[in-house]
Amino acid sequence: MDIRELQGYASFFMTIFLVVVLYGYIVYLYRSEKKGEKDYEKLGNIALDDEIHSEPINDSSANSDEKKERNK
Amino acid sequence: MQSNAALEYDYTVAKLFTYTAILFGFVGMLIGTLIAAQLAFPELNYLLGEYGTFSRLRPLHTNVVIYGFTVSGVFATFYYSAQRVLKVSMAESKFLMFVGKLQFVLYVILATAMVVTLLMGITTTKEYAQMEWPLDVLTVLVWVLWGVAMFGLIGIRREKALYISMWYFIACFLGVAMLYLFNNMEVPTYFTSGGVGSIMHSVSMYSGTNDALVQWWWGHNAVAFVFTVPIVAMIYYFLPKESGQAVYSYKLSLLSFWGLMFVYLWAGSHHLLWSTVPDWMQTMGSVFSVVLILPSWGSAINMLLTMKGEWNQLTENPLIKFMVLASTFYMLSTLEGPIQAIKSVNAIAHFTDWIPGHVHDGVLGWVAFMIMAGLFHMAPRMFKREIYSKKLIEAQFWIQTTAVVLYFTSMWIAGITQGMMWRAVDEYGNLMYSFIDTVTVLHPYYAIRALAGVLYVTGFVMFAYNMVKTMTSSRELSEEPQFRSPMA
Ligand code: HEM
Repeated sequence: MDIRELQGYASFFMTIFLVVVLYGYIVYLYRSEKKGEKDYEKLGNIALDDEIHSEPINDSSANSDEKKERNK
Repeated sequence: MQSNAALEYDYTVAKLFTYTAILFGFVGMLIGTLIAAQLAFPELNYLLGEYGTFSRLRPLHTNVVIYGFTVSGVFATFYYSAQRVLKVSMAESKFLMFVGKLQFVLYVILATAMVVTLLMGITTTKEYAQMEWPLDVLTVLVWVLWGVAMFGLIGIRREKALYISMWYFIACFLGVAMLYLFNNMEVPTYFTSGGVGSIMHSVSMYSGTNDALVQWWWGHNAVAFVFTVPIVAMIYYFLPKESGQAVYSYKLSLLSFWGLMFVYLWAGSHHLLWSTVPDWMQTMGSVFSVVLILPSWGSAINMLLTMKGEWNQLTENPLIKFMVLASTFYMLSTLEGPIQAIKSVNAIAHFTDWIPGHVHDGVLGWVAFMIMAGLFHMAPRMFKREIYSKKLIEAQFWIQTTAVVLYFTSMWIAGITQGMMWRAVDEYGNLMYSFIDTVTVLHPYYAIRALAGVLYVTGFVMFAYNMVKTMTSSRELSEEPQFRSPMA
């Protein structure tokens, strides 16, 4: 097998691998929403409610506070 | 970060890049129209000596519209929308403000140097990488500064989740950074020739087929990461914001994002079908190009569905018209491209006018429409005045839409005619036509394209005029509009 053939096979198997990863991601997205761990759709509001003083949809400071709480 | 009552988004840098987008858009499209006319009427090549020839002006056209107009539009919309979706103001960091302004100054120097050197004929001759090495170095600097501003803003953000537009802007930054570096590895001929060559003129570090491969790896990803990814970033922000409708499916937007990232990178070899690159690589280029329809349409359909139940806005708001048509043209060109990437179709399409036809339904109908719509949306917020004239936008829309249709239909006919004539043989296997036969047949279509250019530039002048009037003399607004942009 010369180098070109090897490259071809490498490309093929990498593709299969990445396809599996991508499908895994789809499953992950839907499953985590179903379980109520994440709510992706509310993130769409970030574009609509984007005034500087409006409440963040996912607050970065609130979250770090939460973490601190948990770490106590 | 302290939040104080007077804090506002700071649009200084966004405004600066808006000005350059308008300027380079006009210049680039004017040159495009001139070279289109030259192809129809060759006497026009002799207007300005060597500086007016097609061969000098064609790379000037592509570079000015890509690196001048489009990239300015990307920076302008980034500096506008990133602050908003991250809920943090540029005014909160003196450092980031400085970086943004420095980036602009260097960018203007770079763009000016690019125009001058290309006009003088100083070029590496690699398509979309024509700038010589000193300018490449400056490009890297400008790009790094953009990265600093981007990740700096992300670093001090209040909104924890990155909105989907930010993902696309980040991808634009990373993709271009990686591929630009690889493709522009070059050595001045002075060093390769033992002192005979020039310091200013460089050659690629790769040769032959390898050079072609790297070239189109970059070349096609310039389409991906300059003409697609940041424009998708724009539509994901501006269409929901202007219409007041949240994006139809956020999950679909995430999926399309990763699909696009995964597939786009490997489609570039469709530029090298039937050439000397390994066969499997050509097949890979074809296959990935066809698969690319999925993530592309994923985003486009998501945008159209965002308008669900709100289609009345299409008739009432010309900015929605621009954006909906932009995503429709995005669908058209992302269907057309894969068709051209099928090997048997490519055998006819390659080297013909169908290719610029395809390029321009994308760039005129999708890229430029989206940038103009974005800048129109930003104007009332940045300048605190309503848009000067709605009638003018409506007229501009129809003139430019006509122009795009004329451009791509004429080039479809021209390209396929050309492709068929080149390969036509008589019963003994002799070629039936000589090159000049095709030129004669194609003349009317070239004339139609030149007319399309005139129409499109006319529309762009209307846009520029409307923007300038909005900045200077339109009615002042007492408060920022929430969704729909106010216009007189
Ligand atoms: C008034 C509008 C425009 C006109 C009349 C026009 C005209 C032209 C012409 C005549 C060519 C050369 C085709 C050939 O060599 O056969 C060309 C190439 C090109 N133009 Fe434009 N152009 C316009 C706007 C734009 C814009 C806005 C963009 C991008 C944002 C753009 C991107 C390109 C690119 C990438 C190429 C190279 C295509 C290839 O190599 O196949 N053009 N244009």
